[in-house]
Amino acid sequence: MLSAIAHTALATVAMAGGDGSHGLPAGEPFGFQVPIPPVVDEQSFALAAWMIWLPVISAILCGIYATLGVKSRLPAWTTVAALAGSFVIAVMTVSKLDFAKPVVVHLFDWIDLSWSSGSGTAGDQWHGLRANFALYLDGLSAYWILFVTFLGTMIAFYASEYMDEDKGTGYCRFFAGVSIFLFAMTALVLGENLIMLYLGWEGVGLASYLLIGYYYKKPAAVAAAKKAFIMNRIGDLGLALGIYLIWLEYGSLEFGVLFAALQSDGATGAGQYDGWAATLIPWCLMLGAFGKSAQFPLYVWLPDAMEGPTPVSALIHAATMVTAGIYLIARTMPFFLMNKASGGHALEAVAWIGGLTALLAATIAMAQYDIKRVMAYSTVSQLGYMFMGLGLATSFGACYHVLTHAFFKALLFLCCGAVMHGFGGQLDLRKLGGIRRVPGWGVVCWTMLIGSLWLSGIPGTAGYFSKDEILAQAFITEGTGFRILGWIGIITAGLTAYYTFRVWFRVFTGPTHYKPDESHGQGGHDEHHGDDHSFHPHAPGIRINLVLAVLSLGAIWLAVGYFVGDIWGTQVWIKNAIENSSAGTGLQLMPAGDHSTLLGFEPHTAMYFISGTFGLVGLTTAWWLHCANRKSADDLRTWLTARGWIAWLPRAMENKWYVDEIYIATIRFPLWIAGQALYMFDRVFVDGIGVNGTARLPKIAASLFQPLYNGKLQGYATSMAGGLALVIAWIVWVWMRGSV
Amino acid sequence: MNDVAISLTQAGEASTMVPIATGTIQIVLLVSAVMFAIGMVGFLTRRNMILMFLCTELMFQASAIAMIAFGRMHLNPEGQVFVIFILTVAAAEAALALGLVVLLYRRKPTLDAEAWSELKEC
Repeated sequence: MLSAIAHTALATVAMAGGDGSHGLPAGEPFGFQVPIPPVVDEQSFALAAWMIWLPVISAILCGIYATLGVKSRLPAWTTVAALAGSFVIAVMTVSKLDFAKPVVVHLFDWIDLSWSSGSGTAGDQWHGLRANFALYLDGLSAYWILFVTFLGTMIAFYASEYMDEDKGTGYCRFFAGVSIFLFAMTALVLGENLIMLYLGWEGVGLASYLLIGYYYKKPAAVAAAKKAFIMNRIGDLGLALGIYLIWLEYGSLEFGVLFAALQSDGATGAGQYDGWAATLIPWCLMLGAFGKSAQFPLYVWLPDAMEGPTPVSALIHAATMVTAGIYLIARTMPFFLMNKASGGHALEAVAWIGGLTALLAATIAMAQYDIKRVMAYSTVSQLGYMFMGLGLATSFGACYHVLTHAFFKALLFLCCGAVMHGFGGQLDLRKLGGIRRVPGWGVVCWTMLIGSLWLSGIPGTAGYFSKDEILAQAFITEGTGFRILGWIGIITAGLTAYYTFRVWFRVFTGPTHYKPDESHGQGGHDEHHGDDHSFHPHAPGIRINLVLAVLSLGAIWLAVGYFVGDIWGTQVWIKNAIENSSAGTGLQLMPAGDHSTLLGFEPHTAMYFISGTFGLVGLTTAWWLHCANRKSADDLRTWLTARGWIAWLPRAMENKWYVDEIYIATIRFPLWIAGQALYMFDRVFVDGIGVNGTARLPKIAASLFQPLYNGKLQGYATSMAGGLALVIAWIVWVWMRGSV
Repeated sequence: MNDVAISLTQAGEASTMVPIATGTIQIVLLVSAVMFAIGMVGFLTRRNMILMFLCTELMFQASAIAMIAFGRMHLNPEGQVFVIFILTVAAAEAALALGLVVLLYRRKPTLDAEAWSELKEC
């Protein structure tokens, strides 16, 4: 009830701030579109809470199954049912939602503190921190929750077959982890305040850690899990500091209050909140987003995270969790715009880091042999595009690309997983080939072709449209060197097409050959080991094929949706959802760019041809080198490595530009030295002199008196008598002196 | 003090008790001190447990003599009462101490006190 009153009060404030009575002064550089204050609606959205609770219930049930020693597929079906329920509720909720009217659904009071400075004077500031467990439903969260729950359901269904070898406690553990992840992700996306977002943020990090380290007997998996967790700590520190600064500066963490404050701030000319803290907020949030979404310099954990089971890679490390950074920046876009309006460069930094990460990761992906790693670097690269989109202030383009990428990248990962599962853990594209002709692999082959086409941005695919939204924007938005950034993005698009089809042509075309991986030996694949002749790949079953087919259809629907009308037009729907949320707030008032700068065409039109051409060139190159004329790829490599002036390039790309090594040399090694130095200090000074030294003092004192205790009875008696004599002598002396 | 004298008289002692001279008491105390010193020196120099025990008895009796002397000096019978107690305790203690000596002797056939020094520090 209280919160309802508070929100009504807030609504009044926001109305007053945003009804235009202030009037933007002429020539005001920016302002905010009026964000409609959230309506508290608990009746018509009563069901929405179950979007969060269903995964929680499923996680608890999986834990119970583990203690009961369930050996069937029960945990999988429980998880799939819970996530499907979540998805259905999400669809029902979103269908009732008007994007122009954000809704807050209050679940329970969580944190509610207030205090004053105690001076008792009028206007004495009451400070408060309120973070209720409530859902904030607007276009952005609706959009995110739909694909998160849908892909979660699909991938859990896929995993029910993929994880078959581990039936028992491992199976329960896996699905409990997936359920925890979905709970945290829904809390992150639907949270009504930054504390709840942070809860989800840490929750997905925990789930990611648990699931990367799923094969906990494998040292590489444990190391990868630790690496992911520690790298994420750096980002999470940024997010925590950002949230703290927001509270310090704006006195609230609730989105409704924050957007209202930012709006009135924007309306009055951005003077109120331009202290150092306000300047720092977007940078802190950015650090958090870069950690979670694997951007330079915090991206190195993501490729290693491929040690986890493939469904985890698909769900967490490709489709959903890694988009949390995009969500964060889209959600807090007003802070970034405020920064830009007061002359800051936070948005430009986002764009540049995104663009450069896209290029860097694409070059690494070109030279990797592990197909899952290629896909991992591709994810880093595509996330770079999304950040570029955010930085270029086309949050629509960024979020659109999130959705298309979620579909085709999950599809690609699941195809890689099917290959890995069927071929004894083999992931090296040099040891696989012509799988197209192996019986039972048709669905995997053709769905992976769809995924590859979509990722490459071949004209007519969904990836093509969403990527072009971002790339074209680089030629529209005003900013430092954004034109150069646009060309970097276009070149990356060509590289993307090349490395994607390098994988597809190598694995699925050409002469058929394959052998299992001796080093992997995960669970039930052991029976396949031995010489090549005794190895028989097992084709994916109905559930894996079904999921691949559904995801392909989803990807196709996203592409078709671009062409059809308003009702089924995904692009229209998405644009409506994003632009009416905080991600779109104020974007209309960004300085309008020049729309006729790209080779004399309107940038969007020109981009269709340019990026299409680059994509096709990349595809053709891959076809020439890896399908039609395979020897030429090796020849090219030999030619390159033989030339001194260029030989470093393929080597550096294969070794991931030595980024890991650089980190080890510049960060890990100095830290290790410092740790050793502190360890020695602890050993010598604290332990040696401080603790043991003090302890030695009584011992030294004791050694003075020790000879007295020689065990000779007469010795004791003598000292006793001597002592007595001394006492008597003293008494006599005192008595004598007194009497004199 | 007078009450005590009267009660002593009533106990049947015909002669009237008078405090003894200081010189007399000094002699008695001297005897006591000499006995105590002999006992102590004996205790410190002997190794034989029985002899050591005898020396402690000697010191004990020296203190008993001193008590009687002081009691007599102050015309106070409590000194003698204490001596009765001391004798009783000494008898009990002698039984106990000699019993211990017997037990120790059974463990190691020697009366040397040096033989029992296992609990020493170094």
